[in-house]
Amino acid sequence: MNIGQSFGTMKHARRKLDLFLILTWAASVAAVITLVWIIASILVPALPAIQKTGFTFFTNAIWDANRQRFGALPFLIGTTVTSLIALCIALPLGVFIALFLSENFLPPLLRQIIRFVIELLAAIPSVIYGLWGIAIVVPFVQNLGQHLSEPFGFLPIFEGPAFGNSTLTASLVLALMVLPTITAISRNALVTIPKTLREGSYAIGATRWETIFRVLLPTAAPGIVAATILAFGRAMGETMAVAMLIGNSKRLTWSLLSPGGTLAGLLANEFPEAKGLQVSALMYAALALVLLTLLVNMTGEAVLHRAEKATAGIR
Amino acid sequence: MKLTVPFPFLLGITAAQLLTWPAFAATQLQGAGATFPSPLYQRWIAEYTKSNPDLQINYQGIGSGAGINQFTKNLVAFGASDAAMKDEEIAVVKRGVVLIPATAGSIVLVYRLPGVDNLKLSRKAYTDIFLGKITRWNDPAIIQTNNKVQLPNIPIIVCSRSDSSGTTFVFTKHLSAISPEFKDQVGEGTTVTWPTGLAGKGNDGVTALIKQNDGAIGYVEYGYAKNNKLTFATLQNKSGEFITATTASGIATLATTQFQSDLLRAWPSDPDGKDTYPIATFTWLLLYKKYENKEQGEAVKKFVNFGLTEGQKFAEDLGYLPLPKEVVEKDLAALKMVE
Repeated sequence: MNIGQSFGTMKHARRKLDLFLILTWAASVAAVITLVWIIASILVPALPAIQKTGFTFFTNAIWDANRQRFGALPFLIGTTVTSLIALCIALPLGVFIALFLSENFLPPLLRQIIRFVIELLAAIPSVIYGLWGIAIVVPFVQNLGQHLSEPFGFLPIFEGPAFGNSTLTASLVLALMVLPTITAISRNALVTIPKTLREGSYAIGATRWETIFRVLLPTAAPGIVAATILAFGRAMGETMAVAMLIGNSKRLTWSLLSPGGTLAGLLANEFPEAKGLQVSALMYAALALVLLTLLVNMTGEAVLHRAEKATAGIR
Repeated sequence: MKLTVPFPFLLGITAAQLLTWPAFAATQLQGAGATFPSPLYQRWIAEYTKSNPDLQINYQGIGSGAGINQFTKNLVAFGASDAAMKDEEIAVVKRGVVLIPATAGSIVLVYRLPGVDNLKLSRKAYTDIFLGKITRWNDPAIIQTNNKVQLPNIPIIVCSRSDSSGTTFVFTKHLSAISPEFKDQVGEGTTVTWPTGLAGKGNDGVTALIKQNDGAIGYVEYGYAKNNKLTFATLQNKSGEFITATTASGIATLATTQFQSDLLRAWPSDPDGKDTYPIATFTWLLLYKKYENKEQGEAVKKFVNFGLTEGQKFAEDLGYLPLPKEVVEKDLAALKMVE
């Protein structure tokens, strides 16, 4: 009887498990279908523009909807450059903050407070970042730009005249926006490193810095790479704050002090009133943005894979 | 998060279409289109429904392009557009189209130059500024018309609209009319590729850019500039006079418009006359020639009739130009074509 009872419970449990399995299956399939659906609904309207402009869409620097000329090169460069600069600033900063918060330099309570404040940065809506950028970063960059463009104006990236609303302004604010993502995920990766690793490192006579740079950071590398991918994705897709700060020019320029444009900003600006082939070209631009993010994710995955292999020995 | 970037746009389109789905009750009117005249249309609706409480009218300022789009798809009872409708756009509407110039506005050049509050710009000067050929405020072409003013030696920062807009359409149409070079290099349209400067979203975005940058100049709606007490330049018109944008100088411009009798679509792109302000335009209501629902058609006609007659007196307060009498007469005649 006892056996029968337990058998009954098991049967019951199994039926429950099946339902759970179905639900999780459905959820994952729904997510995949939604993604395919979204890409399809961008691809189909983009087809006329793809047929008309083909690959020159990515190499042509002139976007002139009036004359039905659609070249997305300035925006591709704008998106890539702003995201890269943002990452170059936010990645070292974020990893250092994560290290600081995962070591015992400060009492735990203080560390918790700092962590909380940094993660709160992620909760600020992007329009607020935009407004803050207009009030603080724009005048700052304009000032800085004048000092940069006078002595270094011969370099294409610092060519004057210096504008307040520029690629540099957008990049700086983006750096701040992706900082919490990098910090939070890197910190997580650092605190989950088994204690034995650190103790082992000390035991063989390594100093704290040697432990951090030779043991802890390599071990946490997969997590840090994941953080970088997420941050890069966010920086490339950011629309509102960038559109408010970058100056929205359609001209191709290498100067960081000149106004620029990004793919997301282009879509936000032109989509509401676009007609005919312009809609199609904007869909093509959207597709380019999706492909760009996909490319970043795939590169990230590859790096992650290598990092995991390289540190497999330590773990 | 990473891959869903364009999704809000698709969602936005769907939502807009759902919201403007035609109401089947005869006493409901849906309208959609240009954002520029939206405050005036909302006022008309508020005033008109006070005396006609059983009628519900809903106007959404979703942009001229989107307005034409929804009108073409029969999703609304009336549309609105700052750029009227092109022939090929009219051709696809099977029920026929009646264009009604419903109100009008001027476009002014707002600038920020400390110590300069009465800037005069010649036709050549403001065209060359927007072409990027004049780059500093102490350029001889600007000094020539402002010899009593100390103009600073600072760069000119040209501010334009980043979103597509009827304002850009009218301004570039004017510049193309007066300068073959502009027509050739930039052209006219709701979004153009400006050879120089910054761009911001909406009248407020452009204004924010101008306020932040010493030496900035940009184009905004006259009503918007007036309500926000912005400094704008006096411009030279076709006959060589320097004219400040006012209601009177704007109406003088509108009065020069030559309409054909069967299609009320024309722009005073470069008005003749001594007292005309150079850049002013109408904005249009788009009506169908035939309404299948009789009550709906009647309601639209009555409402538009109200706007064209009594509604005009609200225009000036809100920063619009009241229509000249001749235009109202032509409008009322055109309204009779609606069945």
